[in-house]
Formats: sequence, structure tokens, C-alpha cells
Amino acid sequence: MKSYDIVIIGGGPAGLAAAVSARKEGIGSILILERDKELGGILNQCIHNGFGLHTFKEELTGPEYAGRFIDQVLELGIEYKLNTMVMDIGADKLVTAMNREEGMFQIRAGAVILAMGCRERSRGALNIPGYRPAGIYSAGTAQRLVNMEGFMPGREVVILGSGDIGLIMARRMTLEGAKVKVVAELMPYSGGLKRNIVQCLDDYGIPLKLSHTVVNIKGKERLEGITLAQVDQKGKPVPGTEEEYSCDTLLLSVGLIPENELSDGMGIQMNPVTSGPKVNERMETSIEGVFACGNVLHVHDLVDFVSEEAAAAGRNAARYVKGQEAKGNGHIVSLNPVQGVRYTVPCTIDPDKMDDVQIVRFRVGNVYKKCTIGVYFDDEQVMSRKRPVVAPGEMEEVKLEKAKLLQYPDLKTITIKIEEA
Amino acid sequence: MEKRELICIGCPMGCPLTVELEGSEVKSVSGHTCKRGDVYARKEVTNPTRIVTSTVKVTGGSADMVSVKTREDIPKDKIFACVQALKDVVVEAPVHIGDVILSNVAGTGVDIVATKHVL
Amino acid sequence: MRPALYFRRRKGKKTMYDVIIIGAGVAGSCSARELSRYQVRACVLEKEEDVCCGTSKANSAIVHAGYDAAEGSLMAKLNVQGNEMMGELSKELDFPFNRCGSLVVCLDEESLPGLQALYDRGVKNGVKDMQVILDKDAIHRLEPNLSDEVAGVLYAPTAGIVCPFNLNIAMAENANENGVEFKFNTEVQGLKKIPGGWEVSTNNGVFQARYVVNAAGVYADKFHNMVSEKKIHITPRRGDYCLLDKKAGSHVKHTVFALPGKYGKGVLVSPTVHGNLLVGPTAIDIEDKESTATTREGLDELIGKAGLNVKDLPMRQVITSFAGLRAHEDGHEFIIGEVEGADGFIDCAGIESPGLTSAPAIGKMVADILREKMDLQPDPDFIGTRKGILNPEDLTLEERNALIKEKPAYGNIICRCEMVTEGEILDAIHRPLGARSLDGVKRRTRAGMGRCQAGFCSPRTMEILARECGMSMFDITKSGGDSKLVVGTNKDRI
Repeated sequence: MKSYDIVIIGGGPAGLAAAVSARKEGIGSILILERDKELGGILNQCIHNGFGLHTFKEELTGPEYAGRFIDQVLELGIEYKLNTMVMDIGADKLVTAMNREEGMFQIRAGAVILAMGCRERSRGALNIPGYRPAGIYSAGTAQRLVNMEGFMPGREVVILGSGDIGLIMARRMTLEGAKVKVVAELMPYSGGLKRNIVQCLDDYGIPLKLSHTVVNIKGKERLEGITLAQVDQKGKPVPGTEEEYSCDTLLLSVGLIPENELSDGMGIQMNPVTSGPKVNERMETSIEGVFACGNVLHVHDLVDFVSEEAAAAGRNAARYVKGQEAKGNGHIVSLNPVQGVRYTVPCTIDPDKMDDVQIVRFRVGNVYKKCTIGVYFDDEQVMSRKRPVVAPGEMEEVKLEKAKLLQYPDLKTITIKIEEA
Repeated sequence: MEKRELICIGCPMGCPLTVELEGSEVKSVSGHTCKRGDVYARKEVTNPTRIVTSTVKVTGGSADMVSVKTREDIPKDKIFACVQALKDVVVEAPVHIGDVILSNVAGTGVDIVATKHVL
Repeated sequence: MRPALYFRRRKGKKTMYDVIIIGAGVAGSCSARELSRYQVRACVLEKEEDVCCGTSKANSAIVHAGYDAAEGSLMAKLNVQGNEMMGELSKELDFPFNRCGSLVVCLDEESLPGLQALYDRGVKNGVKDMQVILDKDAIHRLEPNLSDEVAGVLYAPTAGIVCPFNLNIAMAENANENGVEFKFNTEVQGLKKIPGGWEVSTNNGVFQARYVVNAAGVYADKFHNMVSEKKIHITPRRGDYCLLDKKAGSHVKHTVFALPGKYGKGVLVSPTVHGNLLVGPTAIDIEDKESTATTREGLDELIGKAGLNVKDLPMRQVITSFAGLRAHEDGHEFIIGEVEGADGFIDCAGIESPGLTSAPAIGKMVADILREKMDLQPDPDFIGTRKGILNPEDLTLEERNALIKEKPAYGNIICRCEMVTEGEILDAIHRPLGARSLDGVKRRTRAGMGRCQAGFCSPRTMEILARECGMSMFDITKSGGDSKLVVGTNKDRI
């Protein structure tokens, strides 16, 4: 059986950045396992621009952004296997994988970095009534068909969900010759970036209907049309508001779910809010030496943050392998998201083991205008950051300083909340 | 005096901007909360531009399509002309990131370049 | 009596069969398979592009014990027979079947006599090993997630669950291997009595046969009424279902039925043979025989009723919902036999629940009728076994690696959720009556049936179908007909 110091599950943006970072920390023996036929993950089909403003200070397309990391992986001589599916990971870090050439094989890993990404929520999960014809695609599947294979899934399109992939696909389909009739969003606000609403919908005169959902699907073989209806505050359709749209395609951009089947199989503790593993300040899961980063941990909207988080995971995995982790005295501070803050990554911080500055990322549960992000060390407010607006579609962060935490040896809980004026 | 309504893309706030124009001259911008709104509004009403991304066919390579973009942003009203110009373009592998696929697309003076390696 | 045409193939004449079976659902396919034991020339005409496309594909997948049907009815008889046949058959034809047992749950003391009545009827119908259990602790030991309100259960250990697709597909494949022809995309439009048989006109040519078997599911009344003055009427009775993720699959161990009581009819909660959890069905009578659309009301009703008998049902784990049509005949009885005044026309109509359970017995009954009529002789070349699609997960590591070495496609995962390899998909395409659509592949291999609902695998399965069948991507469908998946190439209309 082969063994590697670090085995990285997934060769998308998270896996690539983790690998590069671990190598730069001096780990020679790294293996990336990727199930697709090339490295780069979902970025390969995200051909639009807007990636890398934070990381590279320029606007790149998805494949270009991935390309920068792939180049580094190649230059650093990091090993990877393509078309290789990881079937199982034991809690003892024994990785079982399979591909055409080698069959089923096992690898002993010193540390494991989980970077499997996420998948799209399907129609089934929404329980939309009606027929089940051809022509209903998740936005990402349509994106792959159009951007990588050159096939048009349809001509007349309705998009449900105003997440970024839905917005991006509205523009892509339009530019490839389809008619996008409307984008409907269940919530009273869009889950996508403002910039995408303007440049993907407004630029092309595509209407965005907030507080609307699809209540019926027509067409037994190929989709023939859908019915939209307005929803009330509880998200229930309001009778009498139905509108018919004829269309041959319905794209769904209704949320992303971290793909944690392997993590579940290992018995890793999960955060029910993110559907990702609970991690500490080093991106380490509940199993020692198993780290997680990127969309498998929590769904991001900017790849730059994925790269940053993955670099931290790679760095910490390297330290773990080298036995160079900072020593702690068992003082663990838990993070407590309340009052509009849905979750935090990480979930816990060991002040002795954290970096000098710890970024805590989180999402809010609603749109809040002119609010304050409040941070409390137990009952004492230590930070109060004014924000003109926060929205569920955009990830927020606060930075915690090690020096400050060390001043509170009895600190139990750091609470983060939204305070409205 | 012409009035134009815009939504600022600078941050999630999405300020509703009102721009007053006389001919092509911006007289005033209102509705913004910060400087970025003012800058965005002036550019957007006088010279709106966009990066256009698309795909073209590729033969003899590991993929059937290669993703491309305009190297720089082009006038917004040239977007469709740009896409039209790419309709029948077929390139041969290998293609590398940055390779010029079509120069001076739709008379904009801007080149279309590949954004992916197809070997 | 004339010998079967099996012996008298003529060239240059209009195709004449001994038997034409209308419908490749489970009743038609079981009939075809049982008939294929004999020296007979038979053909199945199916309007859809594959077997198992109507009622047979969307139902509860339950092998009923047999206490529901009225004493002395054909339904009762064939239910119990079918149930008894299922175990052996699942081994012969290699389809998933699990005798997991069923529980009928009674939530209120005053309805307990209803449980006893079911038990008594079961005994009369010949159902074995049933028990009425009233001890709450014993009940919860048997099925921990039953409602705390439970007053009693009827436990029937002979009930089970089956893969409805693979039962149907296995029967059809085995029939085909034994010489029965199948014609797909062939919709019967007319039936005419001719000397010595029937002329069957379709959108795909005219066929003649000495005998016609009407196994047309919800359309069986249409064909029956073409040939008989004694009309029958089949109501499509729609049932909406929700399928839950495998994470919820072990929520119950038995099929849990509700005893009709003061809460109404209730819905069943059952594990499936593939480890999901199934909740359903509703029962809504409609007239449109194609209307398999779920409705908001139906799904809401399901979600409302599902939790009555089983507690803590994780309805957030729903991965898909679907609707099926039961072929409910007004008399609520299987109608199997030669139609009065229409010699050579054999009905196999009104096959609703327990139709799936009864199907093997129905097939045998239909074949027996035909054997007697034509004095059919056993076919010495009949092969009664069939191997299903190899599931590499059933192999040892060594066997699996040997397989991948020989056929590398078995090392290539296409469907990540259900871990289906390219090798299995190739098998589904290239075996007898192979898959030609995404749904065809899905029903045979489960590719696309998991939690992402084909998001990742459909483009890849489409590529494999196109490559293997020599089809263009534009001809690949979800489920035949006009269900095309891609309609053009980028920029082709600009």
C-alpha cells in the first residue's frame, strides 16, 4: 500500500490551493485525487469573469483562475490522479479510491484534506408539483452542457432561483441565442451578487420576480410551460397570482449543498446549518488530522475566499504532519452565532493554536440595513462594526486577534450577532 | 435634461442612483451612499463597457469547446456583434490561455483570447 | 385445434403471430415470460420506448401479503400466489426482493376490530404467519419509530418489497431471450376480427395474431371496449409519492400501512430495496390517462398524513416526488380471461394493487389460458434464468479488481450518488431490450436516481448513450418521444 503525508480529496480550487500551500510548507509527499478528467473543478465551466480580484488583483475567468493554481501544482511537482473516485475514507485515514487503470486501491494518509465541493439542490428537494418532463436542469448542469460541450439545452428559458449560477446562466443562455423570459426568486431578495443582477439581467432586460415561485410544470415529454405565483411571507403561493409562461427549459438555481458523503462515512461531526463539517481554528474537523476547506465546508460566493481558507487548511495539515502544531492547554473557546448570524466557520478556537489573526466567516439569515455586527467575549462587547447592509448572498467576516484572545484566559464563548439600529 | 436610474453594483447595498445628464455630460449623481456609487454612475451613463465571455469550437483537442473572452472590456452595445463574430470560429488544438482567437472583434479594437488550455 | 404458428413461419406474408400482447408493463411482461416457456410465436407491442413505462414504474413497490383483497376474489388468490412465487423468481431472474414484512397500524382502540377483520380475511385468503400485536412495547421493539399513539398492529412477515423496474425488466428480458419479440414506440390504434384471429393496427404497421392479450394498464378498457359490447371502465387513480434520501432509509424496517380509521385512509411508509424511504400514495380519481403530474394539494396531503403512524419522519430529506396511475376498474377486481363474444381476445385488465405482487401469478394464468387454447408444447430450449446487471459492489475486492482489469469501464464512476459505473451503464444498453434513454438507464442501473437527481451524471450518460447506440446527442431523450435533452448547439440561432 502506498502512503502519502497528505491526501487531498478533490482537485478543484480548494484542493489545488491546499496542495500548493502544503507544499510551500515543505511537505514533499502530497497526492490530489480528482474524480473529473481534469483539475480545476467547477471553475472549468465558470467561463465568466470576475474571479481573483482579491487573490490576483485582476479579473479572471474561472478557467484562468484555476489555471494559475494548476500551473503552480505542476511547477511544484505535486502528484495527482484524475478520473479517480474516492469510495471511502476510514477514520484512520485509510483512503479507498478507484479508477480505470488501477481498479480499487488503498492509500494510507498522514493527513487528509477534504475538498469535495458541493452539489446543486434538485427539483425533487423543492417538491415542485407537476409533470417530470425533459428540459428541467439544474443551472450548473446546463452550464456544463453549454460552456464545456457546446450544447443548447433549450430555446425559451425560465430560471427559478436568483443565486449567482442562475443569474450567470441567464446571461450565458441569452448570449448563445436563447430567450430568457424571467428569473423568479422565492425570497424577497436575491441570493446573488448585485453586480450579477445588473450585468446578467438588467443588461439584457430580463425581469427578476422576487417572492415568486414555480407552482406547476407542464409538458409530459418535453417541458411546455410553467406557472409562476407570488408567495406570501411564509413562502406559500398566493392564490390568484398565477401567471403562465411557455418555455421549453427550466433552470434551477436553488441552492448548493456541500457534498459530505465521505465525511459522513468517516463519522465526522457535522454542522446542520452549513451541512459541512464542524472545524476548529485550523480547519481541522472532529477527527484529528482531517481538515476541510472550500465548498465542502460551507458554500462560498467568492473563490478567492475558498483559496484563502484552503491555504490555511494546507498549512495546518502540513504542520500536523510535521508535528509542529502549536501546543495548547486545552482552552477551547466556542463561537456562538445568534441574532441573524446563521453559523460561523470555524466553530471553535483554541487561542494558543490560532494564527495571529483569525478570520471568522459567517452568513446572515436575512437582509439587514444600517446594522452593526457585534462581537462579544462572553458578556463583554469587544467589537462593533457598522455595515450599511448585509445580505444572505454575501459572506461576512470578522477578524479576531490572538493577542486579544490571550488576554481572556477564562473566555468560554465568542458571540457574534447582528444588531439593528 | 435627461434622467437615468441605475442600481449601484459597488456593494450589496445596491443604492438606487439617479444621474442627470445634459447631452453626454453628467450634471449630477444622487442616491449614492459612497464615492464608488458616483464613479460607477458616471462611467455607466457615458461609456458603459463589459468584458464578454463565450466559447468557440476547437478541433483535434481534449475538449470540443474552448472558453474565450474579450481581452479588455468593450462597449456594451457591441456585445451581440461580438458574439455574432464568434459564431463560426473554429480553432485547432493546441490552444493556450491568452492565445488570440480573433483579433479586433466587431471593430472594437479588442482581441478575443482563449481562457483555457485545450491540448 | 391447429398447431401454434411457431411451426409454420411463412415468408412474404403479413406478420402473423400466435399471440400479441398489448403492453410491456409488468402484467404484459410476466405474461410474455410465462408464455415463452412454450413453443409459440409471440410479440409484445408497447407504445412507449421501453418496458415499464406506465403504472408499473410508479407504485409502492410492495409485495403484499394478501389480507386486503376480498375473500374468494381473483385478486386474493393471485395476490397470495404471486407473493409465494416472488422469492424463487427473484433468484431465477436476479432482481432485488426483500421479504421485510408489513405492519398495519391502528392508532385508536375503537378501530382495533378492523385489524382483527383484516387478520381473519388474511387467514381465509391463505396468508401465513400473521399476528395481531397489541403490546405497545412489543410493537416498538419490532418497529421503534412507530407513533407512540399506536394501539395495535397487524404484522404480516410474508409481505415484502421489490424493485418494480427490475421485476418488469427481468421478465421482459427473459421473455425476449426465449424468443418473444418486443416492438416499442408502437401504439395500438385498432383491432379487427379476422378469420382465425385479430388484425392489430398500430402507428408502426399492421400485425395479425391468433390471440390478443390486453395488458394495456389504464388503457385496457379502451381495447376491451373496441371488441366487446359489455363495457368496462377504468379510472386512472393517481397516487402521489415522495422518495426520501438513503440517509432516511432505515427509519422504518417494515412496510408500514395505516389502518383506515378516524384519521382517514392514511399513507404508507416503507423502506425500498435500494435503501431509500418511500412515502405515499394519495388516491385521486382522474380521467386523463396520461396525467402523471403531481399536485400541490396531493404533496401537501402526503406530508400532512405521513407523520401520523411514523414519528419524526425526516420530510426534509425528500429527493424527488412522482405520481403513478392505478388502473382502477369499477368492479375493483382483476379481469383476466377471454372476452365474451370476442374469441381469441384475452383481457388482463383492472390490474391495480395488488397487481405488482400478483403479476407473476397473472402471467402464469394468462399463459395457462393460451396454452390450453392452442395446446402449446413446452419449448425444450426455454431458459428460465436471467442474470441482472452486475453490481460491482456485490463483489469482493479481488473480484472487483479482476473485473476492472478485464473491463476498465467498471472502474469509472458515472453516477456519484448511487456509485454507478460506466460498466453497468454499458451492460444496461447492450443487454436484450437495452436502455435507449436516460430513464431507461436509470431504471436499470439507478444512475440518476440518487440525491442529486442526475445533475452530475446526465451529460455523461447522454454521451455514453450517443457513443454506444450511434445516436446523435440531439436524439437522446429522457424517456423517448419528444423528451429531447438538448436542442441545438451554441449560437446556432444567432
